[in-house]
Amino acid sequence: MAIKVLTEHINVPGIETFDVYRKQGGYTAVEKALKTMTPDEVVEEVKKSGVRGRGGAGFPMGMKWSFLAKPEGVPRYLVCNADESEPGTFKDHYLMKTIPHLLIEGMIVSSFALGANKSFIYVRGELMYVIHILEKAIAEAKAAGFLGKNILGSGYDLELVVQPGGGAYICGEETALLESLEGKRGNPRNKPPFPAVKGLYQCPTVVNNVESIATTSWIVNHGGDAYAAIGIGRSTGTKLISASGHINKPGVYEIELGLPVEDFIYADEWCGGIRPGHKLKAVVAGGSSVPILPANLILKLGNGDKRLMSYESLSEGGFQTGTMLGSGGFIVFDETACIVRNTWNFSRFYHHESCGQCSPCREGTGWMEKVLHRIEYGHGNQHDIDLLVDVARRIEGNTICPLGDAAAWPVASAIRHFRDEFEWHITNPHEATQPGAVFKGDMALV
Amino acid sequence: MEDVKPQLFKVTVDGIEVEVEPGTTILQAARKIGPEVAPPAMCYYQPLKGSGGKCRACLVRVAAGSAKDPRPMPKLVASCITPVQDGMVVENTTNPQVLDARKGVVEFLLINHPLDCPVCDQAGECDLQNFAFDHGAANTRYEEERRTFDKHDLGPYVQLHMTRCILCYRCVFTADQITNKRVHGVLNRGDAAEIGTYIEKAIDNDFSGNVIDVCPVGALTDKTYRFKNRVWFTKPVDAHRDCPTCSGKVTLWYRGEEVIRVTARRNEWNEVTEFICNTCRFETKNTSDWVIEGPTKIARGSVISANKYRADLQKPAFGQRLAAAQYKTVDDTRDTSQLGIQQLPPERFNKSLPSATE
Repeated sequence: MAIKVLTEHINVPGIETFDVYRKQGGYTAVEKALKTMTPDEVVEEVKKSGVRGRGGAGFPMGMKWSFLAKPEGVPRYLVCNADESEPGTFKDHYLMKTIPHLLIEGMIVSSFALGANKSFIYVRGELMYVIHILEKAIAEAKAAGFLGKNILGSGYDLELVVQPGGGAYICGEETALLESLEGKRGNPRNKPPFPAVKGLYQCPTVVNNVESIATTSWIVNHGGDAYAAIGIGRSTGTKLISASGHINKPGVYEIELGLPVEDFIYADEWCGGIRPGHKLKAVVAGGSSVPILPANLILKLGNGDKRLMSYESLSEGGFQTGTMLGSGGFIVFDETACIVRNTWNFSRFYHHESCGQCSPCREGTGWMEKVLHRIEYGHGNQHDIDLLVDVARRIEGNTICPLGDAAAWPVASAIRHFRDEFEWHITNPHEATQPGAVFKGDMALV
Repeated sequence: MEDVKPQLFKVTVDGIEVEVEPGTTILQAARKIGPEVAPPAMCYYQPLKGSGGKCRACLVRVAAGSAKDPRPMPKLVASCITPVQDGMVVENTTNPQVLDARKGVVEFLLINHPLDCPVCDQAGECDLQNFAFDHGAANTRYEEERRTFDKHDLGPYVQLHMTRCILCYRCVFTADQITNKRVHGVLNRGDAAEIGTYIEKAIDNDFSGNVIDVCPVGALTDKTYRFKNRVWFTKPVDAHRDCPTCSGKVTLWYRGEEVIRVTARRNEWNEVTEFICNTCRFETKNTSDWVIEGPTKIARGSVISANKYRADLQKPAFGQRLAAAQYKTVDDTRDTSQLGIQQLPPERFNKSLPSATE
């Protein structure tokens, strides 16, 4: 049985209540940190653990914490990014609704480490029931003396605020989230200055994903070295993967990083294989924004080794033959899935969610969506494919925030690996627009 | 304090070295060298705090981050918001990647921008027109429908033609920083985003007219000047008056003897130097209201300066008839018979120009 950092007690009945969570060993990290450790020691443990940001970028969390500016007399803030809205990713939602106290314990420990006396959990507005769960959990923790003034007699104060967002994907970008939290329009800020220097209300701020923060209580309890021992290479620890698509057992799984992708898809412990009678066609490994990979490339590396579920292994080969771990939204397609339609669908999402601030993303996402829509509905031209590649290339890297990249990568990668399918749509518009029609030409199915 | 001189940073832009104070942006450093190496700016507006970074027209490549850390920056950076470091090496027009990205930005800005320059008041002094002329491709690859909006009146003086807007946010910053009652912002998002006032509210304050000056395109126009003239038929003249609310330093735009428009003065980067009030802009349009200082300096290449102050009538023979017509239009005695258009068969008009009469 693989080690579980986050989901060990997730099936215990009543785990969402304070009493049950406490009985399962909850809030011991708070006791340990506040009573026996200094904030710097907590930061040091997190650094040692090598845990990387679970929101998608995979930036080492301890390093992010150590960048936090600490000027005298200026408050510091910790903001938890629970605005999970990437298509295909639903791990934070699951974690918050089933075991809210894990996040709250992590928030207390992390806020203590960073010296923040007021911390925020920014939850996407659609998840109103999760907000109620979190607020109830906060009230319970406060009643038990783990929040508020002078926690456990240590002299440390912490107020935890749950803030519903307005339901915008862009507010998951950390600076847009801060703008939204300040009550402004959720436009990403120009960087520099980075949030670690000037964040929320122009004060030093750390923004972390739900899963990252929830991990800290385990790290405090067991030590950074114990966490670093899990996983593979620089991908330490475990990761929640939201598996969806044409698999037998979709759901949220906690895996140890370094698990072969093949095992994850086919083993009964996890996805349980492709649905009966079908074959694997493609996988989006880390949420809709990462490049899609065909079956042969997702299972095997260029040198014939098995591809592993880790930051390094998934991005092996760059964007030519690799992808990214991203936020762990694992979407599996079998041969009945139309890649053109799927790419159009993703593109439609990014068009809808672009904030409209900078020109390449504002205009380019709409343009790509319209061209893909045309191809999907049988009105494409051969030169449209190269046009899409060119538009994606000109968006990528030229925008204020990563949404431009996120919109460009799925389109560019789909054309890179499934160009035949796009061409088939263009040359056989009548056939391709029949209900349920899907490309049946030459492709690698596993 | 004065004897503590800040150490100057050496920056190289396109092979030309310049010394600037710490905290200067790459764009400002390049502007210090001259217009040849200055990146274009569609949204950055030096007098407005917080502007810039949005249009991506000013993208440059940083070939060396600083003297201490000479690694290149991985992505192109927006020069208007990136501060310089000592020993930074910047590639602007010398880098094909930058020029390609800029070509892309022109294309992106133009896909939803109507190409109605022939009827747009901004034509001739339009930042987007200049930018597209300098960096854009001659053709378009966009075959889809363009977004359109209805025109909105923002009060008695300003009209918003959102279809032309490139969402540079300059007017939003102006409304925020120059005026004290903000009713003006951005609604919606993505390519449906629009500049708007809360429920059709009028912009109603003394300095609202400045949003017209800061607009890089013809989205915000002066209702007292709309469709009155083309900018290249007018003569700009610097003038001032004693104004109780603003500096009173303006540019008057003459057509013949008549002041047809008053705007704030602009520097060589087309940025307003001092914002003016609505009284100066809209209500004092007589020469007697003003003390004339002299002709406004206009860049040599600008169409505004075309055919303006020339006294010579010795034109080459092939252009004489056309030139005569142009001189007449300046004095508003337009006579199309001299342009030779009527010599074309009339059916040609009926066929090819059906919509021009609408």
